[in-house]
Amino acid sequence: MKDKDLNKNIFKDAIRQSFAKLTPRIQIKNPVMLVVYIGAIFTTILFFISFAGIKDENSGYTLAIALILWFTVLFANFAEAIAEGRGRAQADSLRSARKDVKAKKLKSASNFEDYTEVLSNLLKKGDIVYVKSGEQIPMDGDVIDGAASVDESAITGESAPVIRESGGDRSAVTGGTTLLSDWLVVQVTAEAGESFLDKMIAMVEGASRKKTPNEIALQILLVTLTIIFLVVTATLLPFSNFVSSQVGQGSAISITNVIALLVCLAPTTIGALLSSIGIAGMSRLNQANVLAMSGRAIEAAGDVDVLLLDKTGTITLGNRQASVFIPVNGVTEKDLADAAQLSSLADETAEGRSIVVLAKERFGIRGRDLTKLGATFVEFTAKTRMSGIDYQGNEIRKGAAEAVKNFVLDKGGDYPEECNQIVKQVASDGGTPLVVVKNNIILGVIYLKDIVKNGVKERFEDLRKMGIKTIMITGDNPMTAAAIAAEAGVDDFLAEATPEAKLILIRDYQSKGHLVAMTGDGTNDAPALAQADVAVAMNTGTQAAKEAGNMVDLDSSPTKLIDIVRIGKQLLMTRGALTTFSVANDVAKYFAIIPVLFFGIYPQLMALNFMGLTSTKSAILSAIIYNALIIIALIPLALKGVKYHEMPAGKLLKRNMLIYGLGGIVAPFVAIKLIDVLLTVSGLV
Amino acid sequence: MSSIVIEDGLFLIVLVALSFPLGHYIYKVMTGQTVFLSRVIVPVERSIYKLMGMNDEDEMSPRKYAFSVVIFSFIGLIFVFGIQMFQSSLPFNPENFQAPSWDLAFNTAASFVTNTNWQAYSGELSLSYFTQAVGLGVQNFLTAATGIAVLFALTRGFIATKKTTIGSFWKDLIRTTLYVLIPLSLILAIILVSQGVVQTLAPYKEIVTLQGGSAQTVPLGPAASQIAIKQLGTNGGGFFGLNSAFPLENPTALSNFLQLLSILLIPAALCISFGKAVKDSKQGRSIYAAMLILFVVALAVLTYSEQYLAPVFQGVMASGNMEGKEIIHGVGTSALWGAATTAASNGSVNAMLDSFTPLGGMILMFLMQLGEVVFGGVGSGLYGMIAFVILTVFIAGLMVGRTPEYLGKKIEAFDMKMVCLIVLVPPLLTLFGTATAVLMPQASTWLTNSGAHGFSELLYAFTSMGANNGSAFGGFTANTIFTNVIGGIMMLFVRFIPLVAVVFLAGNLSNKKIVAASDGTLSTSNALFVGLLIVIVLLIGALSFLPALALGPIADFFTTIK
Repeated sequence: MKDKDLNKNIFKDAIRQSFAKLTPRIQIKNPVMLVVYIGAIFTTILFFISFAGIKDENSGYTLAIALILWFTVLFANFAEAIAEGRGRAQADSLRSARKDVKAKKLKSASNFEDYTEVLSNLLKKGDIVYVKSGEQIPMDGDVIDGAASVDESAITGESAPVIRESGGDRSAVTGGTTLLSDWLVVQVTAEAGESFLDKMIAMVEGASRKKTPNEIALQILLVTLTIIFLVVTATLLPFSNFVSSQVGQGSAISITNVIALLVCLAPTTIGALLSSIGIAGMSRLNQANVLAMSGRAIEAAGDVDVLLLDKTGTITLGNRQASVFIPVNGVTEKDLADAAQLSSLADETAEGRSIVVLAKERFGIRGRDLTKLGATFVEFTAKTRMSGIDYQGNEIRKGAAEAVKNFVLDKGGDYPEECNQIVKQVASDGGTPLVVVKNNIILGVIYLKDIVKNGVKERFEDLRKMGIKTIMITGDNPMTAAAIAAEAGVDDFLAEATPEAKLILIRDYQSKGHLVAMTGDGTNDAPALAQADVAVAMNTGTQAAKEAGNMVDLDSSPTKLIDIVRIGKQLLMTRGALTTFSVANDVAKYFAIIPVLFFGIYPQLMALNFMGLTSTKSAILSAIIYNALIIIALIPLALKGVKYHEMPAGKLLKRNMLIYGLGGIVAPFVAIKLIDVLLTVSGLV
Repeated sequence: MSSIVIEDGLFLIVLVALSFPLGHYIYKVMTGQTVFLSRVIVPVERSIYKLMGMNDEDEMSPRKYAFSVVIFSFIGLIFVFGIQMFQSSLPFNPENFQAPSWDLAFNTAASFVTNTNWQAYSGELSLSYFTQAVGLGVQNFLTAATGIAVLFALTRGFIATKKTTIGSFWKDLIRTTLYVLIPLSLILAIILVSQGVVQTLAPYKEIVTLQGGSAQTVPLGPAASQIAIKQLGTNGGGFFGLNSAFPLENPTALSNFLQLLSILLIPAALCISFGKAVKDSKQGRSIYAAMLILFVVALAVLTYSEQYLAPVFQGVMASGNMEGKEIIHGVGTSALWGAATTAASNGSVNAMLDSFTPLGGMILMFLMQLGEVVFGGVGSGLYGMIAFVILTVFIAGLMVGRTPEYLGKKIEAFDMKMVCLIVLVPPLLTLFGTATAVLMPQASTWLTNSGAHGFSELLYAFTSMGANNGSAFGGFTANTIFTNVIGGIMMLFVRFIPLVAVVFLAGNLSNKKIVAASDGTLSTSNALFVGLLIVIVLLIGALSFLPALALGPIADFFTTIK
């Protein structure tokens, strides 16, 4: 219901805007429609002076032409307005989040009591503010002290609160979001007018929407076509005048008809819809909860041919799961399972829990009370790279093979070659081996399996068909990475990935002429993000990452990259399809108009009038009515974008050529004939 | 009819067979490799560089390249104009010709420095041997070489990455002339002399005709040397007023066939050279295929119209439209010649085009109105066609969801600006020129016919100048101040605006990096693309000229059929 109201409002607003956009200041920005606009003014003048006796056609006909031309302009305005409408509505709701609040500006980061109240829009970069539960964060910044849960629904639309804390990759906060608990000390990183929310409002509203490079190039083509048609139609005046005097019959064609013909032939369909296509593309991206910092980035997304995808979350489910216990010689599988389960009982990680689950599934081993056992849990640290449990003088550890080997050798134990073999085998199968040791005896290996997401393989296959290479980025060792890469069907992988390695990889691909897209969130991703052609920063990420990227994904979803590429391609395809359609239409329009246009001079040309149009007037009226109506008819297509299929360029071209090229030739024949019949039947001509 | 098909087929086979080795040879010349003529030519080439004080390695920025072309051509313009105006005091003027009017001299100079060879004069009635050879003949070589040089520059733009230079115009000009044009012309001229084309500095001869009694003046001159380059360099300006319909310019079936072949030979070979230079022969072949298909279709319609659509007179056996055609050539050869000369921007004639059937005449006109890209002028035809390729890539590329790219170079706003200039200028100027002409009150007095055919005569004349072709339909009084001046200006603009745009396009492309190809890249060398290219070329031509054609040849067609 609310959605319906919203749509109704957008619609009403768009109609209002269609008229408001009639000012020359706006019309001059679109050269193709400017021609129609001037034509409309001109024919209107012709209509009025016809009462003074200066006539080149009968007044009613001139009036009809003038009206249709005005409607053509209005329809184009409407198309743009409706595309802007959704953005404008979104901007309004964002604006309500951006109210000025009183911020507590601290003199120093350590003393929370010593503050002055400052309006948020007066905050400067580097200022330090204190925010506590229930308050709104006044401006974008980095958390330098404290941790709190923050409601970011104002910008992300996601109602679940997120944790923001100092240090690490979750330190960025956005102005306009609200603290739900605790407190934060924030160092301001943006000033009023250039905050994330401001940028977002400008983006969705299209206020800062500059024409993108490809749009400019297309505009040049459209202007060129318009100039050609301007000269073609204008020179028809002297031509027809000359020929009619030579032949001694008929007369020069009228200015009204010249204008009508020009409007018919000029690429008005694409001209009218061009900016809506761009705005709608941006809007689709916004609906996918991605914010592009520039329209250029969306176009680049269409060109991307190498995708760097993080393994975790994109290719595999976030967590690895224990799938097999592999004991070394002399140890039963159940003993291994038992030790493994014990060591994992207090382990809250997903891997730990999956070990407990597997032990229960395989041997029915139940949970045990650790305190009763007098056990203490040994947590995993980056230094030891093991976790485990100490109980009754026993030490059970599980961890990376290298770490466990050192552990057992230190204890004077033995690291059997067999275990080494198992570890290698598991790794080469794409699993992660966890070696389990009890005191100084190696018990065996737990096979942790990466679960490749359903359907990714097919997805990558589709991408490959479109010529897009997928590259998996993972911290795993090369063997594990290779196995998962094979299972998921990616084209290549980068194992043991470091930020530097990523940067080098991107540069390498770029030097070979590829365009690379990636997602990143951490500060250490920033250099790679800055280097990539399309860089999507997660909203949960750091300020540095967000600034380095040219898009921000508000959902922080790793699979978003694929959607972004799709939206980029769709945008370019829609432009191409409608340009083709527009130009193809001209063929039919020529066939409709030319035979009847020179009827007076050469009645014999009627032999070409195989469409059987009634008269010169009915043909021209039908053509320009079609011309106006097709704009309205194609607005939904411009807004939704043409249908997108993942297939090779050749097939895609054939398909779109058939629909929009051939369709563009056929459709107007049918429609113009139909309108002509209606006009004739209704006795209007 | 079957003899026509055999002749056309033979012509096409020989053309294609020769274009491959020649294309390979020109590719080597373009890229500075050693060829079998190097031993003889390199010393000459070196000494010219030395004389000009230039370094072999010097390269030019696009700005400098364009400036060099324009200034070089401008000097040529002044030079040819000057020679004509002072020919009475210059040597080799046995017939004592005086200076033509200034406007005619300007028109002729503009025509020859733009590779148009529109002739508002008649060679044997107004120009000295010196003017013909040193003024016009030299330009025949230089304008052809200029066209090829600019094509070389554009080709380099596709090959280079992140480079700000596009080669040296002087080097391109000199190498093209020395390695390609002079050797080929030499061969052709010698064969033509063997067939009876004149080559002499002797004065005109008075003879008594076999019919007895009446004396006739037979014009002579150093014709063979000039006719060879006239055909090879897509110039088309006849030594004699009647051009290749004149027996001393085109005496035998063999001379006719060889001249026909020379008209399309270099433009066809350049497609092959281009493909090799961009290291993807398929690209060159697909452009070649598009040109060939357009040519064959045009030829077929033209020949059909000439053979079957001529008015049938009572009591006369139908034999095709022989009006205005030489008996020795007949309908087929005349049609082939007409198609070849208007497809390439050659413009020499061996029949009276004004007498072609309305549809036949329209085909000739339309081939020029396509922007001279179906083979077109040497060099200029291919660079024009490449502009159309980029245009096609732009529209089609968008439809596959990528920023359009051609040969790994992204097509962006600046490139589109240049491409649009290249594509836009010829039709625009043609329409403008024709429109100003019909606005002249005395326009109707320039025409032999009235009505639709009269308009065709006028449209044809301005199309020919507006396409840098030079083909004469006939039936149009060309030597008037108005047409000389307007036409001269048109020819200069149509030649140099696109040419400069091509040079800047080359510079801009040269500066880009090369994008890697993938399955998502639009193929520009398959049948689908060739088809699209053909459609775009036809579409732009038709959209620009259909209304005008409807008033001329199309109306002519419908008013003459019963």
